Amino acid sequence: MKMNKQSTTGGTTGRWGLGRFKLLAASLVLAATANAAAPPTEEVNTTGLAVTDDTVTVGILHSITGTMAISEIGSVQAEKLAISQINEAGGVLGRQVEYVQEDGASDWPTFAEKARKLLRQDNVAAIFGAWTSASRKAVLPVIEQYNGMLYYPTFYEGLEQSPNVVYTGQEATQQILASLNWAAEEKGAKTFYLLGSDYIWPRTSNKIARKHIEDMRGLKVVGEEYYPLGHTQFNSVINKIKLRKPDVIFASVVGGSNVAFYKQMKAAGFDFTEEDPLLLTISVTEDEIRGIGGENVEGIYASMKYFQSLDNPNNEEFVAAFKEAYGDDMVIGDVTQAAYLGPWLWKAAVEKAGSFDIDKIREEFAGIEFNKAPEGYVRIHENHHLWSKTRIGQAQSDGQYKVVYETEELMEPDPFPEGYQ
Amino acid sequence: MFDGYTTSEVMSIFAMQGFAGLSLFSVFVLMALGLAIIFGQMGVINMAHGEFMILGAYTTYLTSGFFQSYLPSLFGGYFFIAMILAFLVCAALGALVEWLMIRRLYHRPLDTLLATWGLSLIMQQAYRSIFGAREVGVELPEWMLGAFNVTDLVQLPINGLFVMIIALLIAGGLYLLMYRSGYGTKVRAVVQNRPMAEAVGINSAGIDRATFALGCGIAGVAGAAFTMIGSTGPSSGQAYIVDTFLIVVFGGAQSLIGTIVSAFGISQAQSTMEFFMGGSMAKVLTLLVVVGILMLRPEGLMALKVRR
Repeated sequence: MKMNKQSTTGGTTGRWGLGRFKLLAASLVLAATANAAAPPTEEVNTTGLAVTDDTVTVGILHSITGTMAISEIGSVQAEKLAISQINEAGGVLGRQVEYVQEDGASDWPTFAEKARKLLRQDNVAAIFGAWTSASRKAVLPVIEQYNGMLYYPTFYEGLEQSPNVVYTGQEATQQILASLNWAAEEKGAKTFYLLGSDYIWPRTSNKIARKHIEDMRGLKVVGEEYYPLGHTQFNSVINKIKLRKPDVIFASVVGGSNVAFYKQMKAAGFDFTEEDPLLLTISVTEDEIRGIGGENVEGIYASMKYFQSLDNPNNEEFVAAFKEAYGDDMVIGDVTQAAYLGPWLWKAAVEKAGSFDIDKIREEFAGIEFNKAPEGYVRIHENHHLWSKTRIGQAQSDGQYKVVYETEELMEPDPFPEGYQ
Repeated sequence: MFDGYTTSEVMSIFAMQGFAGLSLFSVFVLMALGLAIIFGQMGVINMAHGEFMILGAYTTYLTSGFFQSYLPSLFGGYFFIAMILAFLVCAALGALVEWLMIRRLYHRPLDTLLATWGLSLIMQQAYRSIFGAREVGVELPEWMLGAFNVTDLVQLPINGLFVMIIALLIAGGLYLLMYRSGYGTKVRAVVQNRPMAEAVGINSAGIDRATFALGCGIAGVAGAAFTMIGSTGPSSGQAYIVDTFLIVVFGGAQSLIGTIVSAFGISQAQSTMEFFMGGSMAKVLTLLVVVGILMLRPEGLMALKVRR
């Protein structure tokens, strides 16, 4: 399925910026003639990737059907936006970026199969994709076998560091430690109730959270619980929370369960603006709030690296461009922003290496900076994760977060945290 | 577990936990009744049941949007209209599906299974194309949010009470329809002996269509009610389907009373175990018990005794 070939003919399709492409087409013709300055293909591509004298092809691999489509569509939009902006700015090594999009269909074996297709048949120079940890784990052996490079956008549980993946979201300690410190120091929290959906990410996150609360800070965990994915009845756990009276509910409930959980909390008489208890989540972005309803989450705190409301010039431009491309009613969550970083970081690495070759790019990752990141500034660590700030936002009734705290320094990514395993 | 709590705190928690169990019970009853009618009366397993529920939820979403834009003064009462619309829309689609598809597949239970599963995929993708892949937020009138404060510690969620009342009304209405009306007599006659029923002049094809439409309509009302407590997205229906089948099969396929008894048993067991040992473990144990009982009584809790 080849969509949106951005060629000099201007015959583009796709959901964004159609009008702008008519204009762009003209400028591309100019750009193509200027390509004479681009380094010759045989120099920048020695491993048979899909690179020609004026184009380079990358892959986008997300679920656009099935249960995960809800979450992954924002990432697809962000990646396409980044690619179109890169093209407007002259492409990568003088080449326009084209993409092949494949649908993982919320099914992990399909992800692996499509990754194989992208690497073997389309010879893509990079893959932007995967969302859940399960899909990343499914794609991983394929990417490593054929020596591809995956740019993975989701915040995740850590405990992984592949030479063939760049992790543009936060790993668990970045997201969790700062937020727990904040709750203990700023809000004086003493007791915590950990609640999550039952799969690897919430369980690993809560394991780290419990270690930090009990061993590092000497505070107390008064409950830890997991509910099956898709669970819709939370009355029993709400009663338990009422009985234990924790200072903080630390929530990592995902998907449709999220909607049920917050609606039922609200119905059970919890008013989060009173912060008694305070609800701190690592799983509710602006995207999720659209489904839950702002009135049901008003007052909760989320720990992320990005909120749509961040006040900086990069983000203003990003939000404006995103809304222009996809409509004014769009909201942008943490993962969407992280997905937007992928193509830009790939471009920076390619240009630093002066080559599209995966092995040469890999050498150059450590220390690559991106100053135009909507979240402010990021830098790639030698472990392929990003240095980034962690922020706490408080949900407002209009579905946006208001940033109440941000770490002073960039948080170091630490996918194998010592003392937390 | 209750160390350090006063007696009144413990009593209030038990009261609220009892309410949680009843509220789960009414959710289960609402989910299962539509499926039970279709399965029990026609022997058709409707795999698209969850998608019909979500159709009801989307109808509610559209109605809510309509009232907000055009009749904001009546917004407080839109939910009742939405439920009626949800019933009509789902029943109409149900009748259409029966006419196009199901009626050609009677006596081929496995094929109906496959056909309705295909239908569920088509419906999911249709929702995705029309409403987008993201979940939609259904706005509720102010009076339906929040809780009754019975005492300082005992708070009863209004949406839970509302679901309970709807479940009661629908179960009661269904009982009257099935056991006290001419239509019900005909349905039961067709179930017991189709050729004989046809011989005395009952239009069995018409009865089938009406029954399928009724089951789908009830699914729609359930979906409308669940916008208060759950999510509305293209694949949200999948979250309900497993529990629904569990309840209907466990209750005994041809008995509405069985469905209600089984919903009660499963909801109480699950909600009690959830309180003492957490969600995932409660689910595992509930399923184990159900599997165990079905091994001993394959026909379910309350099987209709018929000669085969």
